[in-house]
Amino acid sequence: MDTELILMQLFSGVALGAILVLTALGLSIIFGMLGVVNFAHGALFMVGAYAGLWVASLTGSFWWGLLVAPVMIGLFGMLIEYFLIRPLYGRSIDDPLLLTFGLSYVLVEGVRIVFGTDGIPFPTPSALTGVLDLGVGFFPIYRIFVVGVVFVVVLLLWLGLEKTRFGLIVRAGARDPTMMRVLGVDISKVWLLVFGLGVGLASLGGVLSGPMRSVNPEMGSLVLAEAFVVTVIGGLGSLLGSIIAGLAVGIVISMTALFAPEMATIVMFALMALVLLIRPQGLFGKLA
Amino acid sequence: MTDIRNITKTGISRRRALAGLGAGASLVAMPWIARAADDIIRIGFPTPLTGPFAAEAKDQVKSAELAVKQFNDKGGINGRKIELLVRDDKLNGGEAATRTLELIEKDKVHAVVGSLSSAVQLAVNEVTRARGIIYVSISQSDTINEVKDFSKYTFHEALNPHMTAGAVARHSFKKGSKVAHLVADYAYGHEMLRGFKRAQAEIGAETVGEILHPFGAADYSTFMPRLRSMRPDFLCISNFGRDQANSIKQAVDFGLKQQAKIVVPVILHNQRLAVGPEVFEGVVGGANYYWGLESQLPSAKAFNDAYRAANGGAIPTDYGAYGYTGLSSLLMAMQVAGGTDTDKVIAALEALKYDVAKGPQSYRKCDHQSVQSVLVLESLKKADMKNDADLFKVVANEAASEKVLRSCTELGFPA
Repeated sequence: MDTELILMQLFSGVALGAILVLTALGLSIIFGMLGVVNFAHGALFMVGAYAGLWVASLTGSFWWGLLVAPVMIGLFGMLIEYFLIRPLYGRSIDDPLLLTFGLSYVLVEGVRIVFGTDGIPFPTPSALTGVLDLGVGFFPIYRIFVVGVVFVVVLLLWLGLEKTRFGLIVRAGARDPTMMRVLGVDISKVWLLVFGLGVGLASLGGVLSGPMRSVNPEMGSLVLAEAFVVTVIGGLGSLLGSIIAGLAVGIVISMTALFAPEMATIVMFALMALVLLIRPQGLFGKLA
Repeated sequence: MTDIRNITKTGISRRRALAGLGAGASLVAMPWIARAADDIIRIGFPTPLTGPFAAEAKDQVKSAELAVKQFNDKGGINGRKIELLVRDDKLNGGEAATRTLELIEKDKVHAVVGSLSSAVQLAVNEVTRARGIIYVSISQSDTINEVKDFSKYTFHEALNPHMTAGAVARHSFKKGSKVAHLVADYAYGHEMLRGFKRAQAEIGAETVGEILHPFGAADYSTFMPRLRSMRPDFLCISNFGRDQANSIKQAVDFGLKQQAKIVVPVILHNQRLAVGPEVFEGVVGGANYYWGLESQLPSAKAFNDAYRAANGGAIPTDYGAYGYTGLSSLLMAMQVAGGTDTDKVIAALEALKYDVAKGPQSYRKCDHQSVQSVLVLESLKKADMKNDADLFKVVANEAASEKVLRSCTELGFPA
C-alpha cells in the first residue's frame, strides 16, 4: 500500500466529509435552535434535488437551479413551520418528530406522483466536468467545487451567527426563549427564519448531490441516516460539532473503504455507537 | 392446505369432464364442492414495487399483466379466467416470504411468479417449495439451480449469472486482460463475480483486484482511488438497480472510463435512462431482452407491439420482459395440462418449447433452468441514437444452448 494511495484516500474522505457536513448542517441548526428533530430532513433534501432539476431544466442552467431551489424550498420550509410545527411548540419533543416523520412520507409520495418512481438524470454542469490532477491522483472537478461551496456556506453561517445582531438573537433565543420574549423580541419570527434556513440548507445539499448521485424519490432516506449519525457524533445542536464530526466520519469511511470496503457503510454506525458509549452528549454537545 | 388443493383439482376435472361431454362420469360424483372461485386461476406475483429496484419491478408487472390479458382475451385456460395478484415484497426476504405465504394460504393462488433479487427469490422459493406450489422465478440466481435449493416446483425463467457474466466475458475479455471487480456485497454480486471468474479462467484474463461494496451505497468515491491504482483494462461492476447507476456514474466522474472499459453482467434499460447516455456511453453488459430485437425476431415484434398497444406506446424493458416470458411459459403449460393440476403443469413445463419474445426457450429437465439466448449490449453514444428508446447496440446474441450452463452433474444432480 503506497503513500500516494493513502493520501488520495484521505482526500476522498475529506471531500466525502464535506458532503456529509452539508447534509447534517440543516438538521443540526433546526435541532439546536428550535429543539425540533426534523425527520423530514432527508425528504426535503430530495425535494431540493428535484426542485433544482426542475428550475435547471426551465432555465437551461444548473446555476439557476443551485440558487433558486434552496430559496424556494426554504420558503416552503417556512410554510411547514408556520402551519404544521408551530402549533406543536410547548408539547413533548415527540410531537414534531412524529409530524415531520409523517411529512417525509407525504413528500416522497408526492414526488413519486409528480415525477415518477424512476430516477431522473441530472447532468454535471459542463463547466465542472472532468478530473483534476492532484499530484497523488485524479479527482472530479465537480466534487472539489462542492467542497468549496460547503466551505463558503459554513463560513457564512459562522459569520451570520457569531458576528451579526440576528445571530445574537438566534443564539440567545436557543438558550432562553422566554427571556427573549420579555425583552421584546418576536422569537417566533426568528424560529420561522431558522427553520427556513435549515430546510434551505437541506435542499442545497440535494441540488449539489444531484450530479454526483442519481436523483430519485428515495435518495433522501440514506441521507437522513447519515445526517443523524453526524449530528449525534458531533453533539446535537452544535454547529462546530457537526463540522468536525462530518469530516471525521468521511475520513473514517474512506479509510475503511481502503482496507475493508464491505464495511464502509456500517463503520459510520459503529463510530456513532463508540462515541455514545464514551461521550453520550456527542463530541461537542452540552449535557442536558 | 392439501384438502383445498384436492377440492380445486376435482373442481377443474369436473368442468373438463362436462366440457368433454361425459367422458369422466365418475368425476361428476362430487358436484357439491365446486365453487365459483375455482373458475378463476390465480397467480401470485410478489415483486419489489418500492425501493431501489422499483423501476424494474413496475415493468415486470406491466409485462405480466400483458401475458394474462392475452390469455384471457383468448378465452382463458379451458374457459377459466386468469387473475394476477401483485404484492409488494419491499425487496425484503421476510416480507416476500410473508406475502407469498399469504398468497398461498389466504388468496389460494395456483402458482407464484415473480420476485426481483437473488436473495429475496430464495426466500420465496423456500415457501413455495415447502407448500408444493409452482414458482416461476424471474430474477437472476445461480443457487436456485443447485441441488441444495432445488425444488421440483421451481422453474427459473431468468438467466443465471453464469450465462450473463459468461457471455459478457467471452465478448469483452482477451487472454491477458486485467480485470478489476467492484461487487455488491450480497448474493447477486457474489454470484456474478463467480460467473466472471469462471469465464476469466477459461479465457486467461487476470483479476487484478476485487472490492466488495455495501448493498445500496449511494457514494462510491472512496472506492475509486484503489480501483484506479489497480490499472485495469476492464472495470467490471457487478451490482443492480440504482447501485448500477450510481457506481457507473461515479466511476465515470473519476475518469475511470479513460483508463478502462466498463463492463457489467447485466446492463439495465431503466438505469441507463436514469443517468443519461453520456454516462453509459460504451458500457457493455448482458441482457435477456432488448426491444431492438424486433428487427430480427417476429416474436419480439409481436411482444413489443402488444406491449406498446397496452401501455400507450411504451416499449418493454429487459427485466420487464421476464414478467412476460415467465408468465407466458406458465400459462402455456397450464393450457397443455388443461388446468392447474400441479404434477401435470410441471410435466408440461418440462416438455414445453416456447418462443414468445426472444427466440426459442425451454426448461432443462434436471434444474429447471430456462435455456435461452443471451444478449451482449453496448450503450450507444447520444449522437448515434436514432430515437429516445434507441439505447443499445446488440454486439452479440448467443443462441440458446445448454453448453453455456453448468452441467447437471456439476450442480450436484445425479447423472
